[in-house]
Amino acid sequence: MRVTLRIQRFNPEKDQQPWWGEYAAEVEPDERLLDALYYVKSYVDGTLTFRHSCVHGVCGSDAMRINGRNTLACQVLVKNLGPTITIEPLPGLRVVKDLLVDMERFFELYQSIHPYFISYSPPPEKERLQTPRDRLRFDDTTRCILCACCTSSCPSYWANPDYVGPAAIVNAHRFVFDSRDEGAYERLEILGSRDGVWRCRTIFNCVEACPRNIQITRAITEVKNALMARRV
Amino acid sequence: MNHRYDAVIVGAGGAGLMAALNLCRSARVAVISKLYPARSHTGAAQGGIGAALGNQEEDHWQWHMFDTVKGSDYLADQDAAEILCREAIETVYELEHWGLPFSRTADGRIAQRTFGGHTRDCGKASVRRSCYSADRTGHMILQTLYQQCIQNHIDFYNEFFLLDLLVHEGRSVGVVAISLATGEIHVFHAKAVLLATGGCGRVFSITSNAHAVTGDGMAAALRAGLPLEDMEFYQFHPTGICKLGILLSEAARGEGGVLRNRDGERFMEQYAPTLQDLAPRDMVARAMVREIRAGRGIDGRDFLHLDLTHLGAEAIESKLPDISGFVRTYLGIDPVKEPIPVQPTAHYMMGGIPTDVQARVVIDPQNTVLPGLYAAGECACVSVHGGNRLGTNSLVDILVFGRRGARHAAQFVADSQWPALPPGIEDGPRQRIEKLRTATGQERPAAVLRDLQQMMMHNVAIFRTAAELVAARDALGGLRQRYRQIYLDDHGVIYNTELLLALELGGLLDLAEVIVHSALAREESRGAHFREDFPQRDDANWLKHTLARLGLDGGVQREYKAVVITQFPPQERKY
Repeated sequence: MRVTLRIQRFNPEKDQQPWWGEYAAEVEPDERLLDALYYVKSYVDGTLTFRHSCVHGVCGSDAMRINGRNTLACQVLVKNLGPTITIEPLPGLRVVKDLLVDMERFFELYQSIHPYFISYSPPPEKERLQTPRDRLRFDDTTRCILCACCTSSCPSYWANPDYVGPAAIVNAHRFVFDSRDEGAYERLEILGSRDGVWRCRTIFNCVEACPRNIQITRAITEVKNALMARRV
Repeated sequence: MNHRYDAVIVGAGGAGLMAALNLCRSARVAVISKLYPARSHTGAAQGGIGAALGNQEEDHWQWHMFDTVKGSDYLADQDAAEILCREAIETVYELEHWGLPFSRTADGRIAQRTFGGHTRDCGKASVRRSCYSADRTGHMILQTLYQQCIQNHIDFYNEFFLLDLLVHEGRSVGVVAISLATGEIHVFHAKAVLLATGGCGRVFSITSNAHAVTGDGMAAALRAGLPLEDMEFYQFHPTGICKLGILLSEAARGEGGVLRNRDGERFMEQYAPTLQDLAPRDMVARAMVREIRAGRGIDGRDFLHLDLTHLGAEAIESKLPDISGFVRTYLGIDPVKEPIPVQPTAHYMMGGIPTDVQARVVIDPQNTVLPGLYAAGECACVSVHGGNRLGTNSLVDILVFGRRGARHAAQFVADSQWPALPPGIEDGPRQRIEKLRTATGQERPAAVLRDLQQMMMHNVAIFRTAAELVAARDALGGLRQRYRQIYLDDHGVIYNTELLLALELGGLLDLAEVIVHSALAREESRGAHFREDFPQRDDANWLKHTLARLGLDGGVQREYKAVVITQFPPQERKY
């Protein structure tokens, strides 16, 4: 089938302003949008720039805005996107070139919530024990691939770039509700601050955007509840 | 721009991050990666990491070692295989201590599942040895290691591409890389360099591997005049999603899934009576191609069915959530209700940069060390996988040898003087970049890459013959000619990803050359290297490792190296 890709273009070495490019691509209906973009880059315009790697939705490289929705280009099939497909860089992040955005700030916010296992007790000789029920408690938030679809879809983040954003809270949740971790209170202190979880207005854009179907707003609510109850 | 670090690690997958964590307390370390952190292909590993914890039934590292050696078709070096299987156990506990969220048994221990080629008591039956986190074990390993790197304030150079190894007066002195963001050339002067750049699955058209898996470290080793070991041994994973090649973990069969042909027959019963669908990957992939050739593919076509329908929705959703998601997304099929069309997909390079068990790069059949250079993971060949890797052993390999390389490098850094860095050492790579960036030929690099991948898939895949390999060798000549005439649309410096593609393609062409020549020379069938014109294993002549390097004339020079055999003399390989 033949589709038209409307792609927001911007080359910092040439352009003052972003502009729209239109490209016809001959694709199989079952192909991914990433395949269509790759086709354009390979055979039509080699300057088209976007990140991509795993091609099946696990590495998080090719997050972009497709027909107005943040998602991964390798996780949507062309046949579900209509004859004309509009493709833009993720909103809320600085555009560097075409669909490629500056990820530095996103990773800074992620790192600000201490996204690593904290334990003050010496580990046992073998594994720490954890019941399947305790393991399930934070299962959903272990699936995050740091693609930035959620944070860049969040109106609260657009309004205040100091807000840690949903991705960072998801990753804090992964540790706060892990029965083995002992860093919950230091993380909750960060998340309870002015630019922490209270900036979330439960708009649910993040849930819509998450390519891993993580129940992000629920995770954020659980963190809010833990803050109010002062316990996890 | 110039940098100076005690140690530079190239690659931020499991091997690179594990190395960084083991070096950072005693040395100044930088990690260079062409991707953003946590995007590396380790994250795509699904089914588990093998270790004889014995959590769910009796198991011993010696059994694991036997399976690894037998799985390798006796080409693995047994001293290395012993280290792999012994140290696997402490490695899994270390990951758990770093917070890795393994799936759990009812009594709270790390859960384990069966996997291809892993057996109880040296072949009696399948054993639960694969420690897993649902079907995203690699994702959890990569995340956990990256989290530890954040805590340890490791210096990352993200989106930097390795151009060349710097070797001067017989020792490694650093690397040259290009920043994709700026196009700037960076020289990293280092006492020790550890390559952890992964495999080269993108040399084939149907692969489970990410676009980024283009063998950059192996290709850089070739350009530096170093040999690559056993490059004829390339693994095809039996269950790739039809046409797309996306991996469906062996865990699907570990949890009870079976392969069926057009008649609904569980054909693996005939090929491997004891282990059946859990035979090693080389055997299952060959059995699948034989079924397809005999007209027993689904509807007589070139794929078979992976049937999970008898497992029940609960088991599929809880133990295989990611792969069932892939099947729904890309095929529109519900694996709870319908069988999944699958075909073998290019998956793993057993060969690579030759190293010893300290992950030190060695350069000849006498195992002469190149001081200061290390390699670990899929880019390296220790060799623990020999002719065929067992599932779950790649994750063990990256961690065990990433750590061993780092520990040795830490000592090497402490004991050695700064090597001289001759001025202008980066001129070669700089000129190569400029020439490519401004090239104005008639060939698009993407077209040459596509034709290389299809040619390799056609001639150098699961079954091989001299005629096909000769055809491949001749075709490579033509592809190289076309590569010399490429042009780029993008002449810019900021994120010139077309230039990146052209650089990767240059490396893949070199690697294909070495793969094809090594395969043509090896006139026997062993592990994943199957020659229809030489269908038997030939220990008398071929129980040896290939070392192949590129000559100055573009030809390939070969030498051979003895296999280390300690406990398990070669036997016939039946399952």
